[in-house]
Amino acid sequence: MTGAEFSEAHDGAGAGSGDGDVPHDGGADFGRSPRIPLPRASVEDGGQPLPEPAGLPPVPLELPHDVLKSLLGAWALAACSTAESLAVEVHLGDCGACADEARRLREAVGLLHQPESLDLDPGLRTRVLEACLDRRPARIPIPAWAAPYDAETARLDALLQDIGDAEWHTPVRLRWFDGEAAASRRTTVAGVIAHLLSVDGLVATALGLEDPLGEVRAQGPAARTEAFWQASHFPPTRAVRVPWREQSHRLVQTVSFTGGGAGRLGVAYGDFELPLHDSMLDRAFECWVHAEDIAEAVDYPYGPPAPRHLHRMIDLAARMLPAALAERRRAGLASPGQTPHLVPAGRPGRSLRLEIEGSGGGEWLIPLDSPGAVGSSEFEVAHVALDDVEFCRLAAGHVPPEEAAAGQLGDRAAIRDVLFAAASLSRM
Amino acid sequence: MAKKDVPPRWDRKMQQRLARGEAAALGELYDRFASLVHGLAHRVLGDERAADGITREVFAQVWEHPDAYDPRQGPLRSWLAALAHRLAVQRLRATETAALAPGDSGSPEAAEELEHKVRRASVAARADYIVHSMPAPLRAALDLAYFQRRDYRQTAVDLGVTEDEARRRLRLGLQLLSTAHDAGTPPGYGGGA
Repeated sequence: MTGAEFSEAHDGAGAGSGDGDVPHDGGADFGRSPRIPLPRASVEDGGQPLPEPAGLPPVPLELPHDVLKSLLGAWALAACSTAESLAVEVHLGDCGACADEARRLREAVGLLHQPESLDLDPGLRTRVLEACLDRRPARIPIPAWAAPYDAETARLDALLQDIGDAEWHTPVRLRWFDGEAAASRRTTVAGVIAHLLSVDGLVATALGLEDPLGEVRAQGPAARTEAFWQASHFPPTRAVRVPWREQSHRLVQTVSFTGGGAGRLGVAYGDFELPLHDSMLDRAFECWVHAEDIAEAVDYPYGPPAPRHLHRMIDLAARMLPAALAERRRAGLASPGQTPHLVPAGRPGRSLRLEIEGSGGGEWLIPLDSPGAVGSSEFEVAHVALDDVEFCRLAAGHVPPEEAAAGQLGDRAAIRDVLFAAASLSRM
Repeated sequence: MAKKDVPPRWDRKMQQRLARGEAAALGELYDRFASLVHGLAHRVLGDERAADGITREVFAQVWEHPDAYDPRQGPLRSWLAALAHRLAVQRLRATETAALAPGDSGSPEAAEELEHKVRRASVAARADYIVHSMPAPLRAALDLAYFQRRDYRQTAVDLGVTEDEARRRLRLGLQLLSTAHDAGTPPGYGGGA
């Protein structure tokens, strides 16, 4: 598009169309935004009698050709002044090249759509990936224990891509149960993602990947999060999304290669350690719980994980309960139990039947007196029934153990201890 | 989005990982491009389930035949967009043809109408792609002037540029968008826009 040839065409044709009384010098003034007063306003201001309504033909601005041409986009979008629009329209009658372009640009405006809601059905990802893997099985599959993390990070990311800049600063209250009472910490949506990034970093460092905290040294989920938040002078923004997402993709990629053997690799959480595959389940659970925190804060619909993923998360919590019970007993927070003797490892002991209802549910026998004991229906002293999502809320510290909607039968002290132990699995 | 274009290295690496049969790579590919693919299919077909089907087909094709993509021919993003476009237009043509009454299918009017419909859907999808791929400053200007109904002077103020620059961006943005009508083969997913 060369301006010169269009200018020449215009100069020949344009001269005859101008009104004689408007100066037509094409001078530098016209390159700036022209300030020609509206005829009516000036007449009224002067207190002169108004002229006949029909007596005042609109006076088109006299603009140089390159200015008129540069206005074509704004004209097509109805984004210039009335006087400029008029000047462009008069010009289009004279200049074939500009008229062609104007027509094209007007048509282009018709192609602008309000972008449709980009919400993809969150279940579509699983369906598409499964269809792909049916056609060509993966040579390097994602381990079953990493699949919930893969799915939950993808779901959260879809939510994050859907919210606006401002919503990243929406306040969010992180809630957990500190062993005795409900605890909470105020942050923002971006702060929650910084938290996930920092704690996922525990797994990353265990796998030999880069630590998102860099040189900052801190142990355990809460300390790492606080350190990350404090390392920056500014509160986190949506800029935290990309490092979080890249790390989560890298984790899934890396654990796919390490295969089954690395499942025994330990991930240190400061005061305890989890095998890698349990740690990945734990991170999936945390990702879902915090995604719900965010979704609630920004008023976004968010459902529970796929049933088979939910089941694995519940199974992890059930497997962690005996150790949590023992921990609480050591701290004097749980009743000593009726048989204070240690059950030898691998032997059946007093048990509580945990019945989880719902599509992610199942049944677990929780040994009550020793983490080493084996749950046994023969020694069942109590039975607790909870909905799957309710149990997860309890284990996330979002429902106080006294208020958990649980069907209860049998030894009340044992039930109380188990519900409190479940809540104390939660942390910041 | 202000995001810079993904470097071709990412495209090559992705292709290698897909060829190796890495399920994690397939997930990443989906995470990056599903909304583009689904959005294009939806623009052509105007139907959620049909767009889901095209999305499934696009990713299945790439997963089954990762070598069909040649990184030297352009970005993976454009290639996926072109594939989604082609499959969606095929589907539209097939469903529209099937919907014609048996007697109608041969009539020139019906054929013409079908072609018209296919072409309109195709142009709309190409336009979406152009808008999403154009440089962010041009898109921001169009967004202000069209969706927020700002005139070009206000647009200039909002963007912190001169009025000349605002006019230039609006015009250039529309010029790019108008190429959606140029139904060249292959469709305008060359990555130039």
